[in-house]
Amino acid sequence: MEEKKLRNLDEATIRFAGDSGDGMQLAGTQFTNTTAILGNDLSTLPDYPAEIRAPQGTTSGVSGFQIHFGSTEINTPGDSCDMLVAMNAAALKVNLPSLIKGGSIIANTDGFNDKNLKLAGYSSNPLKDESLSTYQVFEVDITKLTITSLQEMNLSSKLVDRSKNFFALGMMYWLYDRPLEPTLKWLAEKFADKPDIREANIRVLKAGWNYGETTELFKVRYAVAPARLAPGKYRNITGNQATAWGLMAAAQKAKIDLFLGSYPITPASDILHELSIYKNFRVKTFQAEDEIAGITSAIGASFAGALGATTTSGPGFSLKTEALGLAVMVELPLVVVNVQRGGPSTGLPTKTEQADLLQALYGRNGEAPIPVIAAATPSDCFNAIYESVRIAIKYMTPVICLTDGYLGNGSEPWFIPDYEKLPDISPHFRTDPEGFFPYERDAVTLARPWAIPGTPGLEHRIGGLEKQNISGNINYEPENHELMVHLRSEKVARIANDIPPAEVEGDQQGDVLVVGWGSTYGAIKTAVQRHRAKGHRVSLLHLRYLNPMQKNIGEIISRFKTILVPELNLGQLIKIIRANYLVPAVGLNKVQGAPFLAEEIELKIDELIKGH
Amino acid sequence: MNNLIENISLQSQPGSKLKYTAKDFQSDQEVRWCPGCGDYSILAQAQRIMPDIGIPKHQIVFVSGIGCSSRFPYYMDTYGFHGIHGRATAIASGVKLAQPDLSVWVVTGDGDGMSIGGNHLIHLLRRNIDVNVLLFNNQIYGLTKGQYSPTSEKGKITKSTPYGSLDYPFNPASLALGASATFVARTLDRDPKHLQSILKRAHDHKGTSFVEIYQNCNVFNDGAFLQFTEKETKDDSVIYLEHGKPLVFGKEKDKGIRLNGFSPEVVSLKDGKVSIHDLLVHNETDTTLSFILADMTYHSHMPRPLGVFLSIERPTYESEMQRQIEFAKEKRGEGNMAKLLNSGETWTIQ
Ligand code: SF4
Repeated sequence: MEEKKLRNLDEATIRFAGDSGDGMQLAGTQFTNTTAILGNDLSTLPDYPAEIRAPQGTTSGVSGFQIHFGSTEINTPGDSCDMLVAMNAAALKVNLPSLIKGGSIIANTDGFNDKNLKLAGYSSNPLKDESLSTYQVFEVDITKLTITSLQEMNLSSKLVDRSKNFFALGMMYWLYDRPLEPTLKWLAEKFADKPDIREANIRVLKAGWNYGETTELFKVRYAVAPARLAPGKYRNITGNQATAWGLMAAAQKAKIDLFLGSYPITPASDILHELSIYKNFRVKTFQAEDEIAGITSAIGASFAGALGATTTSGPGFSLKTEALGLAVMVELPLVVVNVQRGGPSTGLPTKTEQADLLQALYGRNGEAPIPVIAAATPSDCFNAIYESVRIAIKYMTPVICLTDGYLGNGSEPWFIPDYEKLPDISPHFRTDPEGFFPYERDAVTLARPWAIPGTPGLEHRIGGLEKQNISGNINYEPENHELMVHLRSEKVARIANDIPPAEVEGDQQGDVLVVGWGSTYGAIKTAVQRHRAKGHRVSLLHLRYLNPMQKNIGEIISRFKTILVPELNLGQLIKIIRANYLVPAVGLNKVQGAPFLAEEIELKIDELIKGH
Repeated sequence: MNNLIENISLQSQPGSKLKYTAKDFQSDQEVRWCPGCGDYSILAQAQRIMPDIGIPKHQIVFVSGIGCSSRFPYYMDTYGFHGIHGRATAIASGVKLAQPDLSVWVVTGDGDGMSIGGNHLIHLLRRNIDVNVLLFNNQIYGLTKGQYSPTSEKGKITKSTPYGSLDYPFNPASLALGASATFVARTLDRDPKHLQSILKRAHDHKGTSFVEIYQNCNVFNDGAFLQFTEKETKDDSVIYLEHGKPLVFGKEKDKGIRLNGFSPEVVSLKDGKVSIHDLLVHNETDTTLSFILADMTYHSHMPRPLGVFLSIERPTYESEMQRQIEFAKEKRGEGNMAKLLNSGETWTIQ
């Protein structure tokens, strides 16, 4: 057998694609975890249909998982992939546009039979005609090889069929020089009491690896060295897991119970799932009967001294609107996580979008200011939610934390923070009845006291009707209402005194400032870096705080000739930037249910530079 | 906060003498219901029984939604939360689950609790969270000035139904039973003694207590329950359910309820054909019976049952929740965040 070549790469992007029942998400997740353990930097993009089992073999049923990993800094899941695993014809059809020219395709030939070709809408077999001539195609009968490797085990054909993702995974492990051990370990734990499934998957995984080793098909395999990340301890984490852990960490820091009132909704449910495990962390999870009960039970829990939280996505966030107003009025700490997805209405449940920003900022009746904080990367969800809790408790206010489907499901290596060094969160429960008034405010923060039931002498009533200043009694007087509206607004505005100033990445002044928020960070950063490498005067300002904004934003903006605001919506942050800072900012907008490609932003910057 | 809660539970040890009077439960807020409204009586009875239930008032929380009845918490000198329309039950669930030691009461109405808040109500009931729900049923929307409600009789002429309402009314007791409530009772504003005894029973019950209170809205639906409250008619129109006792009613105690198959029927005890031993004997712990009794409600030839339809034991949601927390602690130990962050697959870069 001819010796196979090992080629070193700085980075690689691969994509597993198949039917939604083919287990591509699992294969991708396993590849990701193994890659993380090897010390690569990485970023992932799971992309799956809203239906649990969309029509088999059709393009609408294709589920994909892309992972971009490298020995260099990785900020995005990759604009395009170098290697595509296509389990059937539909998967090829859907994903071919994201494969780079000259890229590799591993095609499961069994998935290209007449029926599959027809379902995918191919009139001739792309593996047989010339249409893929610019790519390197490896034809592997994954289905048959899987069956062969399990022949002795006497398993149901269904189980055999379900194992073929592990063949693909084993093959990819071989191709990219990754060890099998992490996945073997995972299988041993996951299927500890299902020996048949465990054994089948182990055999198939190894068969895939061995196939790579022995087949004449592959002449080259690839190595990607560990990334030169900052020294320290890392783990891989998804955005939803980081959100759950951030909530727990903050409640633990505050030494209070965490109460999560939540209703299952894609793509936020994993936060609920994750928190449900950790009941030994003073976590109470309550799967409510609907979104409204989710948030109102959380408000009730906050009234009683717990950290009330609720997690949701677009349509569910809409349902919580009225209760958000109540939380503003009763001035209790509350954290609302909106894992945004494509809208309006049910929209694109499994796809990402950033179109709920204006809703988060303004979507309530009356003047109802709420602090809004956004996460920039999957692991940053931890910091964003932690900060949300800090503000909610310190200022006695609901806080909206925006993430999105891409962040929630995506993952990356995370520099594990030192829990002891996380910012202090100390709720001040009022206990002294002397001179107690429910709506008397702290002179600095304007927060009202947190006086919880069970405290002798502090019996009081709160509610959604307008309050008299200080006493908290119902009051309809015009001057009092105006005063209260101003106080609530001023309280939120003062948070700006309590947050670090915004920092520009790149030069402090120049031609183009790209202003972003949320999950577009990685793509914007990559685009800006590419321009800077060419010597262009382009910088990045990424906003964590959407309300209130940091005090130096206007000043930063004034130092650049052109302001570009890329968003996965029709232009929402840009409205705020224009209104607040009176600059003719330029938008770059995309609403395809998918993150920006760095290239798209790069081109837009190009256009702006040329315009100078 | 842990310490705070420990302090509190010390003070509420059973046996500690709490010398409250009804007056201690009156807040400084002026009561603003229409003069003559049935809500006044309910408020007064609630304030009257509070000293008897033996709970320090800082451990009592009244939660309400929106509607005339929902102003109730403002008038109780306890903790109170006037929520948003229909959601009192959900807010109260959060309060109780956060602090299971509190005595939590929900005050709601037929609109708040059965229309906009119907969903939360049924889920509270099936979960059996230990909260006492007082549903003031006046069969009308009072606060919005007189539209028909989910308990208004079909054909009701109101501002929004000039040709008569088309919807068949809910029977709150049946609805609660259907939602697997563990305590279901009915009483009325004009019978202070009965009202008081039912409120106390509701408090004593561990699990969700559902109490329907007939309440006269003298402005928009005056006299809805006249038949059950006026001297001339009430004895023949009402039957009081008492555990272990045969179902007898009438001015002369000369009528009773007998089961004919699964259907209750009114029988006369006068002519000697039927004796008191033939009558249905009430059993609060019999779920099937509770459905039969509640179903008598809208049959015009039947007396209206008042009292406790059902009172059974089922573990409360919060006790089960606590059990799971203990289990998790036993299995995984007290949560340690630093440890968790560093658990699982990690790697170190030098
Ligand atoms: S409208 Fe009816 S229910 Fe409301 S306060 Fe007046 S009398 Fe009472």
